[in-house]
Amino acid sequence: MSSAADVPQHSRSLHGTPSGASAARYAWRWLRANLFSSISSSLITLLLIAVLAKLLASLARWGLWDAIFSVPGNDTSACRAARGFGACWAVIPEKYRFILFGTYPFDQQWRPAVATVVFIALFFLSTRRTLWGRKLIYLWAAALVLIGVLMWGGVLGMPFVVQDRWGGLPVTLILATFGLAFGFPLGILVALGRRSKLPAIRALCVLYVELIRGVPLISLLFMASVMFPLFMPDGVNIDKLLRAQIAIVLYAGAYLAEVIRGGLQAVPRGQHEAADALGLSYWRKQRLIILPQAIRHVIPPLVNTFIAFFKDTSLVLIIGIFDLLTTAKTAIIDPAWQSFSVEVYAFVAVIYFGFCFAMSRYSSSLEAQGTPKA
Amino acid sequence: MTIATPTSQPRKPRLALLQGPALTGLLWQILVVGIAVAVVAWLWSNAIHNLSVRRISTGFAFLGREAGMPIADSWLPYSPKDTYFRAFLVGIANTLRVAVIGIVLATVVGTLVGIARLSANWLLSRLAAVYVEALRDVPLLLQLLFWYVLMQGLPAARMAYKPIEGVYLSNRGLMLPSVPLDAGQLWVLTVAALGAVVFYLLRRHFIAQQMRDGRPRRAWPYGLLLVVALPAAVSWMLGLSWTIAMPELRGFNFVGGLTLAPEYFALLIALVTYTSAFIAEIVRSGIQAVPKGQWDAALALGLRRSFVLKKIILPQALRVIIPPMTSQYLNLTKNSSLAVAIGYQDIVSVANTTLNQTGQAIESIALIMAVFLTISLGISMFMNWYNARIALVER
Repeated sequence: MSSAADVPQHSRSLHGTPSGASAARYAWRWLRANLFSSISSSLITLLLIAVLAKLLASLARWGLWDAIFSVPGNDTSACRAARGFGACWAVIPEKYRFILFGTYPFDQQWRPAVATVVFIALFFLSTRRTLWGRKLIYLWAAALVLIGVLMWGGVLGMPFVVQDRWGGLPVTLILATFGLAFGFPLGILVALGRRSKLPAIRALCVLYVELIRGVPLISLLFMASVMFPLFMPDGVNIDKLLRAQIAIVLYAGAYLAEVIRGGLQAVPRGQHEAADALGLSYWRKQRLIILPQAIRHVIPPLVNTFIAFFKDTSLVLIIGIFDLLTTAKTAIIDPAWQSFSVEVYAFVAVIYFGFCFAMSRYSSSLEAQGTPKA
Repeated sequence: MTIATPTSQPRKPRLALLQGPALTGLLWQILVVGIAVAVVAWLWSNAIHNLSVRRISTGFAFLGREAGMPIADSWLPYSPKDTYFRAFLVGIANTLRVAVIGIVLATVVGTLVGIARLSANWLLSRLAAVYVEALRDVPLLLQLLFWYVLMQGLPAARMAYKPIEGVYLSNRGLMLPSVPLDAGQLWVLTVAALGAVVFYLLRRHFIAQQMRDGRPRRAWPYGLLLVVALPAAVSWMLGLSWTIAMPELRGFNFVGGLTLAPEYFALLIALVTYTSAFIAEIVRSGIQAVPKGQWDAALALGLRRSFVLKKIILPQALRVIIPPMTSQYLNLTKNSSLAVAIGYQDIVSVANTTLNQTGQAIESIALIMAVFLTISLGISMFMNWYNARIALVER
């Protein structure tokens, strides 16, 4: 890759604007500067165009031209005939309800759909700076209660639905969001504990963080699914989804604690001393002076951590919880649709990508703005 | 109660230790530790009770029993008649095999993509950005399942793709030519490795001498002698022949050569591409963290761009790059545990099977955790050592 030699030339911004000169000349100059600035650069451009054209062409043929978008009933013979060269998108309209909402009672599926919208609205409102602070905490509490009511039902004429029937996108969102909502306070406590002057508390927090971060999430999920029942007294039976949620909260707490600790370290000493001089107690000092500053410092890494959880919740597939990925994998067990997993995975990948991409854009826009002010 | 209080403030009267912040601190510690101990003890007593009710014996005695678990893809000799202990060893070896090779490949790919992301060529840098963004924002498990499905959709061995002679890609995995190693060949390789170590020490010595008297010394002829000529002479004296074993189609499968099973290959591709996207971003920000003045100064000296990148920019960028790189290596190793989803038998998969066969849940999960904590600690220690080595040495 000879382009290594071209690294520092940030020649993308051209000097002078195309005011009088024709657009064609401007385009030519842009091409010269950005695609054909040297012989090696020109060669790379041509090679990339060739590879890309071939790739896109075959992808378009598979995904559009030779693809099959609908089939009559459950008769997938047309799809089978196109297998290998054409995609079978017909599987998506056939199965999307199951992929998105799992085995939730079919006539009640508007409820998880509304819950999903509530989630998206919650995420969107959380990015509004005017709401940051106490208001946001109330907002989250209200939204999570509303989602619980929608999913369980049993009130307001909505029939009760047990957790075993929940599935798909809402479960993914629940695992990630509740993981954050409970992992965040836990992370704050552990981060404070790790910076505490009290040796026993510090040791406990270090042990917790390093233990959780040193092992894969799968081992925690296995713990939740097979070990947890062993640790409970007779007769106590905790639901599988809740057990996985507890594992994810513990996991999230350890990672969030490290992010928050980074923020705590960035708060100048003078702030602690000034708070002490005012005679504030430890907890009031942390709550009123230190934490607001510390958390502002680490909002972009917090968003990145949240993206990581959102993706990591897919691991519950391994212990058999019906999140978005599991419903996708289950949808293609149906013999008629068995061999079209690539299409289904692509559909689910687009959903995951949509959420993560939006969050990562938000995180990088925050980084570009610098540390937000109050 | 008073024993554990800190006694580092001798000027204060003794009674003060029992008041104010010191006492509050002590009480908090006793409270938190007490709660932690109580919770663990409660969980433990429940576990003991439940295990005795279910007639599951505790302890690691089961490791000596016959596993009866087939492991298809192993570089260590193994048969289902071996013990659980042996099966665990094979699992650990499989984890390490995918993690070590994955780390090396992900570093190479990630560095190339990171540099491409900064290229002056617009198309190249855009494509690198698309690569990074697309891979980072989709769960690894989904990517893994996707690669595995693609792997299963490949043609059968009889109609395998053959990109170059001796390399076959089919639903049986990737077949590569290999060099069969017997005891003699291993000896020759050992000699070559020793030669490389001696050469490394020699070169360090030369550089130290150059630091003293300013005279450059040529090291590479010694390198050629130690790493190539000497092993070649040993090989000639032992009368060894080095053959290349090509994979050949016999019946429905290939024999000879090196086989990467589809599970292993899918896991490797998924881990390498996913992690390389993160590494690319680390490399990019590391290079961008080097002040522009370094480029200007080096170019003003008339040095070539590739030389500047290699000798001036990258060494400085490495200081920024190494710490986050360490956590990516740890992530890759931990993520290799997703193998269980596609049936590649790594440590997690072996432990999971053991758990299902014997019911020894606590022991199996404890073993997984112990193995990963050990590997994590090993990688951290190595990277800390390397980081200290390349750290800026100031006066």
